[in-house]
Amino acid sequence: MISTLGRFTLALALGIAIYGAIVSILGARRRKPALIESGRGAVFAVFGLATFAVLLMEAALVGRDFSIQYVARNGSLGTPLLYTVIAMWGALEGSILLWIWILALMSLLAVVMEGKRNREAIPYATAVLLSISAFFLFLAAFPANPFTAIFPPPADGRGPNPLLQNHPLMAIHPPCLYAGYVGWSVPYAFAMAALMTGRLGEEWIRTVRRWSIVAWGFLTVGVILGGWWSYEVLGWGGYWAWDPVENASLLPWLTGTAFLHSIMIQERRKMLKVWNLALIITTFALTIFGTFLTRSGILSSVHAFSESTIGPLFLAFIGVILLVSFGFLAYRSDGLKAEGDLDSLVSRETAFLMNNLLLLGFAFAVFLGTLFPLISEAVRGVKVSVGEPFFNKVNVPIGLVLIFLMAIGPLIAWRRASLESLRRNFSLPLLLAFLGTGVSSILGVRGLYPLLAFSLAMFAAATVIQEFARGVRARRQISGEGYLTALSNLTRRSRRRYGGLIVHLGVVLVVIGITASTVFRLEKEVSLKRGESMHLGRYQVRFDDLTAWQEAHRFVVQGTFTVLNANRQVAEMRPAKRFYPSEQQPIGTVDVRSTPREDLYLILSSFTQDGASATLKVLIRPLVMWIWIGGAVMALGALVAIWPDRRVLAAEPVKERVAWQPGRS
Amino acid sequence: MATWKKLIVPIAITPILLLLAYGFKTNPRQVPSPLVGNSAPPFALSSFDGGTTGLEQLRGTAIVLNFWASWCFPACFEEAPALEAAWRAYKDRGVMVIGVDIQDREADAKAFIERFKLSFPNGPDPQGRMSIDYGVYGVPETFFINREGKIHYKHVGALTKQMLQGKIEEML
Repeated sequence: MISTLGRFTLALALGIAIYGAIVSILGARRRKPALIESGRGAVFAVFGLATFAVLLMEAALVGRDFSIQYVARNGSLGTPLLYTVIAMWGALEGSILLWIWILALMSLLAVVMEGKRNREAIPYATAVLLSISAFFLFLAAFPANPFTAIFPPPADGRGPNPLLQNHPLMAIHPPCLYAGYVGWSVPYAFAMAALMTGRLGEEWIRTVRRWSIVAWGFLTVGVILGGWWSYEVLGWGGYWAWDPVENASLLPWLTGTAFLHSIMIQERRKMLKVWNLALIITTFALTIFGTFLTRSGILSSVHAFSESTIGPLFLAFIGVILLVSFGFLAYRSDGLKAEGDLDSLVSRETAFLMNNLLLLGFAFAVFLGTLFPLISEAVRGVKVSVGEPFFNKVNVPIGLVLIFLMAIGPLIAWRRASLESLRRNFSLPLLLAFLGTGVSSILGVRGLYPLLAFSLAMFAAATVIQEFARGVRARRQISGEGYLTALSNLTRRSRRRYGGLIVHLGVVLVVIGITASTVFRLEKEVSLKRGESMHLGRYQVRFDDLTAWQEAHRFVVQGTFTVLNANRQVAEMRPAKRFYPSEQQPIGTVDVRSTPREDLYLILSSFTQDGASATLKVLIRPLVMWIWIGGAVMALGALVAIWPDRRVLAAEPVKERVAWQPGRS
Repeated sequence: MATWKKLIVPIAITPILLLLAYGFKTNPRQVPSPLVGNSAPPFALSSFDGGTTGLEQLRGTAIVLNFWASWCFPACFEEAPALEAAWRAYKDRGVMVIGVDIQDREADAKAFIERFKLSFPNGPDPQGRMSIDYGVYGVPETFFINREGKIHYKHVGALTKQMLQGKIEEML
């Protein structure tokens, strides 16, 4: 019943998406409002049907309807409710369904919210969004149908992949990441609409600005939550391994970040028109590339879904996107002449241009490193793997220069910065950076990169704080507001600017967290007999006990360790290993004690069969928590930047809002 | 825009697409072991029934070294009868089958041996030392060590009778 209904729903949605895409284009070309209206209706219908399909899937999962293959493979009677609900994105078919739903939702929001302001672009953007939907609906309706039935239904299902039922972060990491991926469809659609209509001015950029920040925000949160999940679940003590799929999520983030900055130059100076279009096309193509990598099985990764036949379809889709989009870009290139020019090397434009080139260089290095194993195998027939050393060697210096640019970009003047303004803006932060370098060096930081990382982070943080402090002081002098009122009014007056600065502060926290947890990382692996202890850093860890028990779908071996700091007990920690009958390897469950100062991370590596001794890996990673906090700050900054401005909306309901308030930035 | 500029994009995109298409033909999970062709790392194993065995004592014997666990279902369960059959067929022809039980509980391991009536030496790998030396990713994995003590072949996943027979014959 659910199977038939589900398959019918998806097929119907596919038909409507194709219909909607066609009538939108026809309506716009032949100037028939009724057709355009019908295309708009299709967006609503696709969203309704996608929602219905998601609800059907959840009903099947929660109702444990094992006559549906997906449920039989990814659900089981013994799986807790939370993991049953989120099993929808635990495997290929369900994850495509989630993708479709998020895309349908974003399309709907875009059509509703931009419908009044962009009457000319909207039918084309609708057609692009519905075409993307149609591709994914085609996958879901045919090769990766989540509603495929099996007969006879098994009595119990296999349950989700053990790694995916180990931590509640699985509930939010994939949806955030998907929203981050899917979100770029909207800016891409409006960029394509601009290319199709030939209205290549700055209108499309004003439209997509906010959408890009939304997509970027979700992608940021998705990537950082992925790191957190990996840290808490995979049990090797790290949060980033330059795994192909991690890289795939970083690539659109890098190009998207470049895009968010370079559109500011186009808004202000009418330069970089082709560049911006190329960037948004690339970013969108990279989001599809990321899904392709996860689902095609061409590279080995912890994230790889079971192999499937949809890889070639994805590849064809990427090919079509690139050729059609860049084809349009080439066709329209004559109308995309820059109207402004670079005036000086010391200006915000230059800083942003450098930032763009470096972000793209970063992205290219990641792309190359990710695909290099494939290149090597194709060209030389040799299997290689590209690991952390390559990525760190190339990307750390680029990252450091980016932090430097991040510090100066927002404060340096457009067009041409005077010596006086440079001195006024940067002397205090520079002084603090030097002080910071001295302090970190006294605290034991060694090596060029770590010292640079800390001092640049200090520099960037100081510029941001100085900027807020100046703004607050000015408001207090003029209007006599209190500190907090002044801060909130200041931010509200220029949300994009101050939102961006908050994001930069988040980046600084992430950089500090990554550097400290890498440079000051301590680790030790020892075998302990019961009652014995080991020392690492400030801590003493004593092995107390080892217990084992059988659970419904696994058996668990758990160690109990007492952690002492200066002879005072601070925690009792229980790392474990879980053995699932269906898996080739036991799944470790680490125990992490997080404090703002440092994380203590315990991994049970192995144990003797009589339980008398255990091998324990202990890691101390300072300031890891600040990476997650930094991610939250970045998300907060994005939220501030996109928060709707009631005052302006009420005052000018139709007129385009200006990008920057004159004299403010 | 000049014609050559318009061609840049297709020229740049096509090789990437071709490369990705090539990826469909490869199997990323097939990782060649660097140990194949090299001397097998020495080991010493105390078996569950009290005996000991090791690489040094077995010079001149071809060895089938199988890593398994009682919780590894179904692969280890599938291959256990094949291993026992191979052991019975070849033990008089200078072939040794050795089972290494990793990450397991002793009672479960013994029950597993009893269940499949395994008569070749089986022992635990208490600190995971052997698994590390042999670079074991998961269970089951099997190393074929020839009479010179060099690793002839590594197999990942369940073994079948035919494949055991084939690889053992190659070493004799």
